[in-house]
Amino acid sequence: MLWLGVAYLGALAALFLTAFWGQNSFTGEVERVWNVDNFRTLVTVDVYRTITLRTLGIAALVTVLDAVIAFPVALYMAKVASPRAQRLLVIAVLMPLWASYLVKAYAWRSMLGHGGLVSWLARPFGLDTPGYGLAGLIIVLAYLWLPYMILPVYAGLERLPDSLLEASADLGARNVSTLARVVLPMAMPAVVAGSIFTFSLSMGDYIAVKIVGGANQMLGNVVYDNVGAANNLPLAAAVATVPVVVMLGYLAAARRTGALEQL
Amino acid sequence: MKKIAAAVGACLLTLVAGCGTSSGGSSTTSGGVFTAPDVPQKKSLGAKEGALNILAWPGYAEDGSNDPKTNWVTPFEKQTGCTTTVKYFGTSDEAVTLMKTGEYDVVSASGDASLRLVASGDVAPVNTGLISSWADIRPFLKDRPWNSVKGQMYGIPQGWGANLLMWRTDTVKPAPTDWGAVFAKNSPYAGKITAYDAPIYIADAALYLMQTKPALGIKNPYALDQKQLAAAVALLKVQRPQVSEYWNDYLKEVSAFTSGDTVLGTTWQLITGLLQADKVPVKAIFPKGGSTGWSDTWMVSAKSKHSNCAYAWMDYITSAKVNAESAYYFGEAPANVKACDLVPDKTFCDTFHAADKAFADQIWYWTTPIQQCLDGRKNVQCTDYGDWTQAWTEIKG
Repeated sequence: MLWLGVAYLGALAALFLTAFWGQNSFTGEVERVWNVDNFRTLVTVDVYRTITLRTLGIAALVTVLDAVIAFPVALYMAKVASPRAQRLLVIAVLMPLWASYLVKAYAWRSMLGHGGLVSWLARPFGLDTPGYGLAGLIIVLAYLWLPYMILPVYAGLERLPDSLLEASADLGARNVSTLARVVLPMAMPAVVAGSIFTFSLSMGDYIAVKIVGGANQMLGNVVYDNVGAANNLPLAAAVATVPVVVMLGYLAAARRTGALEQL
Repeated sequence: MKKIAAAVGACLLTLVAGCGTSSGGSSTTSGGVFTAPDVPQKKSLGAKEGALNILAWPGYAEDGSNDPKTNWVTPFEKQTGCTTTVKYFGTSDEAVTLMKTGEYDVVSASGDASLRLVASGDVAPVNTGLISSWADIRPFLKDRPWNSVKGQMYGIPQGWGANLLMWRTDTVKPAPTDWGAVFAKNSPYAGKITAYDAPIYIADAALYLMQTKPALGIKNPYALDQKQLAAAVALLKVQRPQVSEYWNDYLKEVSAFTSGDTVLGTTWQLITGLLQADKVPVKAIFPKGGSTGWSDTWMVSAKSKHSNCAYAWMDYITSAKVNAESAYYFGEAPANVKACDLVPDKTFCDTFHAADKAFADQIWYWTTPIQQCLDGRKNVQCTDYGDWTQAWTEIKG
């Protein structure tokens, strides 16, 4: 607990304090003068609002995409597959996590490029690769974070007693209505739990967007550019508080669904 | 600085041939901009410390990992006993940030980084008397506003060159001749254009406006008032939707041109060389109307724990033979006069106009924009680098 308090919350507090300092624009030295200029910049300059909204949109789309893909996969794993197949599937889902994030992102870069695998696969359908940009980025992020959605949903569905499904069938419900009125409501906290991972990981990402996101930037890039390029640590700290605030709100909302008990 | 800027500006505007009129020792004019912090310079060389951390532009401190034949770090280690680590950086801003950590002993700083490093006290003045290759450095690179303050050198020049315009010869036809190719509205290559990902790229747009919109009155692309900066930003916002990717990692640009995801944009000679070695059909030119460029200086950290190894490195890397190798590999004009006789390709120094001061003066070297207008205007305040950084974020959107 002490470790958590000092190392984690302490760092967050330091981050928040730094956001109230300024910077000498020529030498890049941090000037320890208290002001709220950084937050004023965040609110008044349009581009930061655009980037925040874009980041939220990407995170939301990635989360929805992951939930839609993960739910049937997890349902099959938990309720249909034999115990042996179940174990193999869990390993298969975990397998991509053994490979480096960068390797996967660069693999997607070559797949999404012109003349890459995606355009080759899409050509028979008269389509082309989305190329480097938002669409490509959402695909890559959804791929990268998919295991973090499948596993909580799988765990949640596994806890769902088979007797409930049988009861539903005995009462005359078809599979579809069992799914919609029994399975989905009970699995919802697990989906929300998974979405905490996919949403927060997407919010903070800045590497995938550099590799496959084309010329787009996310909040993470603004932080990165202000730390690495402009060396404006105070502004970077102010920008970094945005995802923290968003995630606090998200966690508070998730808590109401009982999702935190699912983790 | 102002004198040179004004002289070069006049040359470009009137297209007069003889641009070599500005004097080299113009550091007095930059003296009014800031006073350098009092950092002591090294008095004499001592025993080597056995270790050295280098911060360099890609291609300046090759250790054989890219190409076994291109290696001047290992011979240096053997010669001096300084075990060397090299860290590459992609933008001048990154270099400034990394130098602030105090972990690096020497840095190859461009003009848009060097003065900021001097002003923040992160680099120490260099005692040129301790550098044996100093006598061979081209006189027109000594005591320049980006590597000295009030006649005190803060580093040893490495070389200089221009940002080039590169395109894929198989897709871009007819061949472009000037920067209009990347700034045009509704370019046929929309979505396949690239640009350098750093606030300093705003100067490229300003340089283009300087020639195409004289009404704006831009005399120096690094001295922009609010209105001129807004015009440059507007131009870059026209370019933005046509850009496939911005690059600051040279390998990323190599991969984008190889796959054809990018077919047109700014480049360094180093990147063109790598692509041509891989048989990618690209060509790069120094565009009509001039270009931005760099003039790089090896500087030593004020906090260096290995300053003797650092001096040994500065001496070694700017010596005729090694300067020839690194400049040849990177694709820039070497700073050492004798290097031109040692490069494998005898036409090399002519290609890069190494001895041609007039040509060197046509390049707008990366310089940090500051509030005092670099073009000598007194009646307005210019936008500084902080404004440019902010503008760059807005351009990218």
